[in-house]
Amino acid sequence: MSIWDWTYVWAAFPYLYRGALVTIQATLIGFAIALVLGLVFALVRRSPNRLVSVAMAETVEFIRSTPLLLQVFFVYFVGPQFGIVIPAWIAGIGVLGIHYAAYCSEVYRAGIEAVEGGQWEACIALNLSRSRTWRAIILPQAIPPVVPALGNYFIGMFKDTPILAAIAILEMLQQAKNFGAENYRYIEAITMAGAFYLLFSLVASAIVQATAFWLNRRYHLQ
Amino acid sequence: MSEPMVRFENVTKRYGALTVLDELNLDIERNEKVSIIGPSGSGKTTVLRMLMTLERINEGVIRVEGEPLTHEERNGKLVTASDRHLRRVRGKIGMVFQHFNLFPHMTALQNCMEAPVSVLGLPKKEAEERASELLEMVGLGDKMKHFPIQLSGGQKQRVAIARALAMRPKVMLFDEVTSALDPELVGEVLNVIRKLGSEHDLTMLMVTHQMGFAKEFSDRVCFFYGGKIAEQGPPEQLFGDPQEERTRQFLSAVLEAG
Repeated sequence: MSIWDWTYVWAAFPYLYRGALVTIQATLIGFAIALVLGLVFALVRRSPNRLVSVAMAETVEFIRSTPLLLQVFFVYFVGPQFGIVIPAWIAGIGVLGIHYAAYCSEVYRAGIEAVEGGQWEACIALNLSRSRTWRAIILPQAIPPVVPALGNYFIGMFKDTPILAAIAILEMLQQAKNFGAENYRYIEAITMAGAFYLLFSLVASAIVQATAFWLNRRYHLQ
Repeated sequence: MSEPMVRFENVTKRYGALTVLDELNLDIERNEKVSIIGPSGSGKTTVLRMLMTLERINEGVIRVEGEPLTHEERNGKLVTASDRHLRRVRGKIGMVFQHFNLFPHMTALQNCMEAPVSVLGLPKKEAEERASELLEMVGLGDKMKHFPIQLSGGQKQRVAIARALAMRPKVMLFDEVTSALDPELVGEVLNVIRKLGSEHDLTMLMVTHQMGFAKEFSDRVCFFYGGKIAEQGPPEQLFGDPQEERTRQFLSAVLEAG
């Protein structure tokens, strides 16, 4: 028996393909949630109401300080005890999104705080509304510089998707493992999964860099 | 006697234990050009910042055309102004900052169009006409499509002036607008301000270190010291024959520095 057998490689492909689709979907949807919700967290955090702002800060801290796997378990296994039954797919992606939203909100916050105070003052002097100030002036300056940091979390989330296997979602690594178990042969499938994670991460990081470059140019930021 | 354009009534501003402005009383008449001078820490910039509502005041009332700015009347009593009230009244005031504070992601033209479109609701076309006219007026007709980073300090400050004017304010505040400029660029900005003063009906209030300009341009000069107006008067008098010892000391120190 050779160390590497190409017949297993071909045989494992359909498994990995199905798993990869799940992994990519979970990453894209989960990160879309993280991006939007993270921004909401960051904005709520800046609420002039101290109570609201502190409550948001504590929530973010709480989410960041407990394991992702625990949060997934909590929603999926503990929820039903209280009559809250959420399908695995929604629970998994939802928790991924919320977990990473907490991280992203800190990144947004850093970006927002880096915008010069004079910009806010100019907005007041020109009498811009609060929402216009955010949309047209502050966020276009705050977000482009933090795109690389957001991109790191994008890749981080992608690599965290195997956690979904814990609530019986057949993502790529789980598919690879199942293939291995059925054939008493792991090396090809697990290696291929690893190669795919690497490939996706490299492509994603190139996309993130291109996006950052494009945004910074689009908004004429240095 | 008509209502003054701006009136400070016993206005006090504190930062913690530090009193920056101490019961300031100051009237500024319509179309009057007033310069504020004084050593750093004397509270002169704070006067502008309070009038622009960038800072809340601790005591007193500021009125614009008789209407309270920092407060509003409710059931016959003056209460601290709501955001809505602030937005309405501060529309009469425009400000130019020491560090320009242009929006870096917008062209000169867009900088001047943003507020007229989103605040005054002007149609884009009209806002663009107004903005280009003003940019022409400040001598930047050929730089409209430039971004702030492509402009010199003096050009940036002229865009900032055009941007503030695009809102048609009645009062313009200039906060050390030439202090961040290279010396050779100061003149072009002062020329624009000079032109504004002579061609427009504008009440102008400026904090400045350009004594020569203050002397030539202002109707009245206020010398601030320790959060109070230590001395004020027409420029010929204040510069030519200052009554207060502190004024004399300040002026001789400034003139010595060139």
